[in-house]
Amino acid sequence: MQLTLWTYEGPPHIGAMRIATAMRDVHYVLHAPQGDTYADLLFTMIERRDARPPVTYTTFQARDLGSDTAELFKSAAREAYERFQPKAMLVGASCTAELIQDDPGGLAKALNLPIPVVPLELPAYQRKENWGASETFYQLVRTLCTPHMLPPGVARPVRADGVRPSCNLLGATALGFRHRDDIKEITGLIHQLGIDVNVIAPYGASPDDIARLGEADFNVIMYPETAGQAATWLQRSFAQPFTKTIPIGVSATREFIAEVAKLANVDPAPALNDPRSRSSWYAKSVDSTYLTGKRVFVFGDATHAVAAARMASEEFGFKVVGIGTYSREFAREIREAAKIYGVEPLITDDYLDVEAKVAELQPELVLGTQMERHIAKRLGVPCAVISAPIHVQDFPARYAPQMGFEGANVIFDTWVHPLMMGLEEHLLGMFRNDFEFHDGAGSSHLGGKVKPQHQSDVSAQTAPISPPIVEVELKAVTAVVSPTSPLTITWAADAEKELGKIPFFVRGKARRNTERYANEQALATITVETLYDAKAHYSR
Amino acid sequence: MNVAKLETGCAETKVIPILRERGQREVFCGLTGIIWLHRKIQDAFFLVVGSRTCAHLIQSAAGVMIFAEPRFATAIIDERDLAGLSDANDELDRVVTRLLERRPDIKLLFLVGSCPSEVIKLDLSRAAQRLSTQFTPNVRVLNYSGSGIETTFTQGEDACLAALVPSLPKAPVDAAMSLLIVGCLADVVEDQWMRLFTEMGMTNVSFFPPRRSTELPTVGANTRYLLAQPFLADTARALEERGAVRLPAPFPLGVEGTTEWLRAAANAFGVSAEKFDAVTMPKRERAVRALQHQRPMLEGKRIFFFPDSQLEIPIARFLARECGMTLTEVGTPFLHKQHLAEEIAMLPDYVQLSEGQHVEKQLDRCRAIKPDIVVCGLGLANPLEAEGMTTKWAIELVFTPIQGYEQAADLAELFARPLNRRMRLVA
Repeated sequence: MQLTLWTYEGPPHIGAMRIATAMRDVHYVLHAPQGDTYADLLFTMIERRDARPPVTYTTFQARDLGSDTAELFKSAAREAYERFQPKAMLVGASCTAELIQDDPGGLAKALNLPIPVVPLELPAYQRKENWGASETFYQLVRTLCTPHMLPPGVARPVRADGVRPSCNLLGATALGFRHRDDIKEITGLIHQLGIDVNVIAPYGASPDDIARLGEADFNVIMYPETAGQAATWLQRSFAQPFTKTIPIGVSATREFIAEVAKLANVDPAPALNDPRSRSSWYAKSVDSTYLTGKRVFVFGDATHAVAAARMASEEFGFKVVGIGTYSREFAREIREAAKIYGVEPLITDDYLDVEAKVAELQPELVLGTQMERHIAKRLGVPCAVISAPIHVQDFPARYAPQMGFEGANVIFDTWVHPLMMGLEEHLLGMFRNDFEFHDGAGSSHLGGKVKPQHQSDVSAQTAPISPPIVEVELKAVTAVVSPTSPLTITWAADAEKELGKIPFFVRGKARRNTERYANEQALATITVETLYDAKAHYSR
Repeated sequence: MNVAKLETGCAETKVIPILRERGQREVFCGLTGIIWLHRKIQDAFFLVVGSRTCAHLIQSAAGVMIFAEPRFATAIIDERDLAGLSDANDELDRVVTRLLERRPDIKLLFLVGSCPSEVIKLDLSRAAQRLSTQFTPNVRVLNYSGSGIETTFTQGEDACLAALVPSLPKAPVDAAMSLLIVGCLADVVEDQWMRLFTEMGMTNVSFFPPRRSTELPTVGANTRYLLAQPFLADTARALEERGAVRLPAPFPLGVEGTTEWLRAAANAFGVSAEKFDAVTMPKRERAVRALQHQRPMLEGKRIFFFPDSQLEIPIARFLARECGMTLTEVGTPFLHKQHLAEEIAMLPDYVQLSEGQHVEKQLDRCRAIKPDIVVCGLGLANPLEAEGMTTKWAIELVFTPIQGYEQAADLAELFARPLNRRMRLVA
């Protein structure tokens, strides 16, 4: 048993739902108890989908357990076929139905439906959502593509002269982080190179589309978490190579273009220098100087976390102080990335472990998921979301990809937004004793953080209209007992006062560094001199 | 189709046909109740013993309602527990110990059963007894089932409260007659009613569940209880086993419902009609005035209810009688004939009641009826909006204070707002 407050991933059948819901003309019949229909709201509320997921649940109850739940499954599958007329059906069990062992695959087969039926074995007590999505997509691809496989010993026909090369874009699902917009961005890139997109799957694909995946020259893996397994099978069965670079960030996008151009045997030049690419210049512009060396903690699915850490380091000039993933299947990728940044990888799906790590590292920016948003809010650290699991505000109405050059632009804006603006940071430092530049003033562009300095200033006009989206105030560390040492450190009154003169957004770090320094020097009392000794010691 | 004969308090017999269906039920399971129960009982912790699905359900249903650190969690059963490689009871003890070390402020721990724990027949009542002995006197450990195979949405609250009833201290045999208000309510609603009862001269009034588990009310033969929620069948039975007597009344939704509900208490406690009117009349008049603002938007509009919380029938009664709405189908997951007798007597004769659900057939009926507003769960709301219907999320009705006089207009406004919004949006 594992004690869980929040879970990063749902059970594996949620992954199967993300595939089914992304597609057209597919229906998923899920043997599940009453209550499991909650999953519909992930799609209709969080993603704001305008249609119900194509899922029929048997919703059995205790009284059904005594009678015939297998018959209940058969009638639900039969009715679902008649009502929705899908071109392919997925059948499976959720966690509770797995325990009653009704064999949905066998039951569905006995119905002799005139469409392909894909039985899903998704072990709910071992596996999780992303694995379920990957397995479902793979089983669907295998079932629908096998009839079109090349006979053994027959080589893939060479593309005729004058025929444009083509590829499939694999991995985008429902409830994915910006999948809708990444598809558009990558499709544009592919077209710029003179390559056709054969099929995008599973997002928007029908079973007929899946069946013709083998017609493309190669595959683009957009999200290895969902598409890796299927692409490996396609490579084996249709001799289709696949891309390995994830085009998140300017450098990675350029490398991706080169990789695709090589696979298609075309010139990469037309796509390499996109005039819309602004993030590199923005990072070089002097206003961005303040971003230098900001300490960031990165956590998410492995693909997004690895890409975010690289961007943070190479394209923002941040310092990566921690990297981790909730996805054990992709722990290796994170371990390799952690080596680059000289940090310990954090491989865990325990929210409490992640929270403890963030509290310990005290980063200046957290790049994470919806969960880290809560952690960061609690600890008073700015945060930007880089990976699923995500919430309703991470499905923006506007075009906001993560991939390609426009994706890099979007990411630049998104990560910088919760931080103090460059010049503003300096002004706050310069005028820190000015009554309008007090600690509670926050930054001008975020709003909702106004805290009057004196009770006499309280008036209706200072009441925030909307709740704060991100809290920028770095709360001073109150614990003066160092976690690494039993030594109790006291702050002398004048040192405490001096600390108060340091701008609030770096005060937490100053306090932490000073206490660490005092600890190392075995000083029981921190004086003004200790404060400046520590400052000199840690100056960079 | 079954026809139910309902005996009402007014001794008139009313026959309303009830459509009973079985099929896919688009409802939450009882675990969802933890979201409001843990806010109400402020020193209680809810530990679901279940699967990753259970954990995912609660956090998804809780949505943005994420607090500093929630007082609920899931002990996720894994394959080692199922394969017998680890003893599930030892594992549970380990998890509970870790949890209570982290949260020394917890005084009451509920082990909450789920579909998987029920199917593998994990005996949580024995586990609760064992853990209670281990952690006494600091923490009491109780158990109930919020599983989807046994409970629908609000029935989780019923199961929780029923599990708490045996812990209520016994009132002395010669205790003065006391009133117990049963069901989770917002603190503000409780405070309003407490003032009304006090003004009527009734002082021996308490609420169940209490805000802190250390403030449990007493119960005995001199306890009269009023249900504040319509979904508390098991809790009512447990209270009656302890000698408490139910005061039959409609539910305190809307001006009329609140008045009749309060009157049931006043009559039982010998408050004179004059006193009752003197205390309630100003509140009734104010509530009616507030309701008049919402009425134009609602009058004559046709409303359809998908089953959700069991609050459907009292709310439909309020909307029909006090807001002038026209009822079409009123679906409820479960209809407790005895507790709802007064409500059903007040419904218009033409209403179509339905119990249980076959969601596809019900959607067909809803589309055919083309109501002006549909009350439904979160899974159906946006798809129906996209089809051009106006909807009201049912879950808001259990998270929002809607009971009593001061909230009557708020309740009406919850239905007026989607209609208002639909009128404003032009694009």
